[in-house]
Amino acid sequence: MRAAWRDRVARARRALRVHRWYGEGPLHLLLMLASFALTGYAGVRLLAGGQWPLVIVWFVGAALLHDLVLLPLYALADRAVAGYTAGTGRHRAWTAYVRVPAALSGLLLLVWFPLIAGSVGSGAAAHYEAATGLPGGVFLGRWLLITAGLFAVSALWLLGRTVQQRPPGAARRRRETKQRPAAGD
Amino acid sequence: MGAHNPLTPPTSPSFWRSPLRGPRLTALLGMVLLAGITLLFVTGLLSYAAYNPNLAGGVNDKTPGKGLLGFYLFSWPTDPHWLYRLTQGVHVTLGIALVPILLAKLWSVIPKLFTLPPARSPGHALERVSLLLLVGGALFEFVTGILNIQLEYLFPGSFYPLHFYGAWVFIGAFAAHVVLRVPRTVRALREREDPGAAADETGLVAARPDPPTVTRRGALGLVGAGSLLLFVATAGQSIGGRWRGTALLAPHGGRDPGSGPNGFQINKTAAYVGIRSQDTGDDWRLTVEGGGRRVRLSRAELLRLPQHEAALPIACVEGWSTDDQRWSGVRLRDLAALVGLGERPPDLLVESLQLHGAFRRAALRDNQVRDPRSLLALRVGGVDLSADHGYPARIIVPAAPGVLNTKWVSRLTFGEW
Repeated sequence: MRAAWRDRVARARRALRVHRWYGEGPLHLLLMLASFALTGYAGVRLLAGGQWPLVIVWFVGAALLHDLVLLPLYALADRAVAGYTAGTGRHRAWTAYVRVPAALSGLLLLVWFPLIAGSVGSGAAAHYEAATGLPGGVFLGRWLLITAGLFAVSALWLLGRTVQQRPPGAARRRRETKQRPAAGD
Repeated sequence: MGAHNPLTPPTSPSFWRSPLRGPRLTALLGMVLLAGITLLFVTGLLSYAAYNPNLAGGVNDKTPGKGLLGFYLFSWPTDPHWLYRLTQGVHVTLGIALVPILLAKLWSVIPKLFTLPPARSPGHALERVSLLLLVGGALFEFVTGILNIQLEYLFPGSFYPLHFYGAWVFIGAFAAHVVLRVPRTVRALREREDPGAAADETGLVAARPDPPTVTRRGALGLVGAGSLLLFVATAGQSIGGRWRGTALLAPHGGRDPGSGPNGFQINKTAAYVGIRSQDTGDDWRLTVEGGGRRVRLSRAELLRLPQHEAALPIACVEGWSTDDQRWSGVRLRDLAALVGLGERPPDLLVESLQLHGAFRRAALRDNQVRDPRSLLALRVGGVDLSADHGYPARIIVPAAPGVLNTKWVSRLTFGEW
C-alpha cells in the first residue's frame, strides 16, 4: 500500500519534471494552455464591442497604473512619514500614529473617490442627486470627519502611551513628554 | 521600497528593503483572497443568473454572445424572498472589503514584477503573461465594479458585458495561479518562519532588509483594520434598518431619501428616466395582452380588482437594498387570467413609460409570474406609490434584482412577444 503510494508520488514527480526546452513541467504547459483557452474565449467577447482598444487600455492600464504609479506613490509617502517620525535618543518612534490613520483615510478616499471628489463639483453631485434623490454633496464632508476622527483617536492613543510611560517624578522629562503630541500636528 | 543608494534600480534585489515581505505574508494574504475572490465569483455568477438572461427573446440579456459562459444558467427562484438581497449584498460589500487585501497582496509581490531576466524560459514567459491577465483582470473587475456602484459610468462600454466577460478572463488566470502556487503557499503557512534571503526561492525575502518600522502582525492588523473600516462604511446600505446610518460613504447609505411609506431608497427617480406627469395622470392605461386578447385598464379599474399584499425588499445589482416594504396591488397571475391565461401563466414582458434605462423592457419567467407574492403594485405601506417609486403601477417580484421590478408600467404581454 505504502509502496504503491510512493510509486505514484514518484510518477507524479516525473510528470512535473522540468522540461529542458520549456523550462517547466508538462503539467505547467497544459495548465497554461487551458487557462489561455478560457481567457481567449472570454477575451474575444470582452473585446467584441466597438471600444475594444479602450478596453485593452483599461485592462493593461489598471495593472500599470497600480504597479508603476499608485504603489510607488504610497510607498514613498510611507517612507517619508517613517523618516519624519523615526525614534530619536529622546523619544520612541511614533510612525504608527500617523501611518495607520493616514492609510485608513487614504483607503476610504481611494474606494469612494468618485462620490467624495464629486461632492466638490456641481456636475457629478447633481447627477447622483437626480438619480437617487439623495444629497450628492455630503461625501467630502463625511470623509473629512471620519479622517478627523481617525487622527483624533490616534492622537489620544499616543497621548495615553506617553502619559503611561512617563517615569515618575522626572519633572524635566515630563515637560518634554508633553511636547511630543504637539510635534505630530 | 527604495534604497539608500538612489542608483540601485528596482530590478536589483537589494532595491527592495522591506523586512515584511516573504512567502508567509504573501501566502496568508493569498489564502484570504482565494476564499474571498471565489465567493465574489460565485455571487457574481448568481447575479448574472438572477437576471434570467436566457429568457425567450433575450430582452434581459446584455451579453447575447455569451456562448458557453452561460452554461450554468437556471431559473432564478422566488424563495427565499431575500435571496438576491443576500447574494448581491455579499458580492458588493465583500468586494469593497477585499480592496485592502488585494492591495497588500500586490504590494507583497511587487519585487517579482521587476525580476530579471524578464523570462527565464518559454514556460516562465507564459506564466508572466498569465500574471498580467491576473493582475490586470483583478484590478479591471474591482475598478469597473466600484465605479458602477457610484453611478460613475466612465468605463468603455456597458457595465454588464465588461464586468461579466472580464470576470471570465480573470478567473482563467486566477485558477492557473492558484494551482501553481498552492503547494508553495501551503508550505509557507506550515513553516514557522520565512527562509533567509539566500535560501528563498520565491524571491520575496529582502536581501538587505531595512530595520522594521512595524511588525508583520502590525502590518496585517492595518490591512485588517482597513477591511473592517470599509465594511462598516458600506455594509449598512445592504443590511438596512438603523445600520444604514453607519454606511456613511456608501452610495445608498447614510439616510433614506424621504420620510413616510415612500421614503425608502430610490434607484432612478422619475425625472431621471424621463417620466412626464402627463403620462402618469388620469389618462394612463395599462395594456394587458396575451393569448390573442387585449385588455386596457385604468388605475381605478385596477384598484377594483382583488388587492393582495406582499412584504418584499428592493435589492439592486449595485449592492444596496431596502428593508421589506408592504406592497399592495394585483397579482400578476390574476392579470394573466384577464386574458385567459390564468391556469398556467407563461413568461411576461413588462414595458415601462420610462424613456431611458437598459431595462425599460424586461422579462419575468413563469415561476416569477405564478408566485402569489408577485404583484403589479399600486400602493406601498398603505399609501399610493410616489412618482419616484413607480406611480401609477410597478412590478414587485420576490428575490428578483431591482431593475426587474419595473416602475411606471404601461404594458404587460403574457406569452409570445
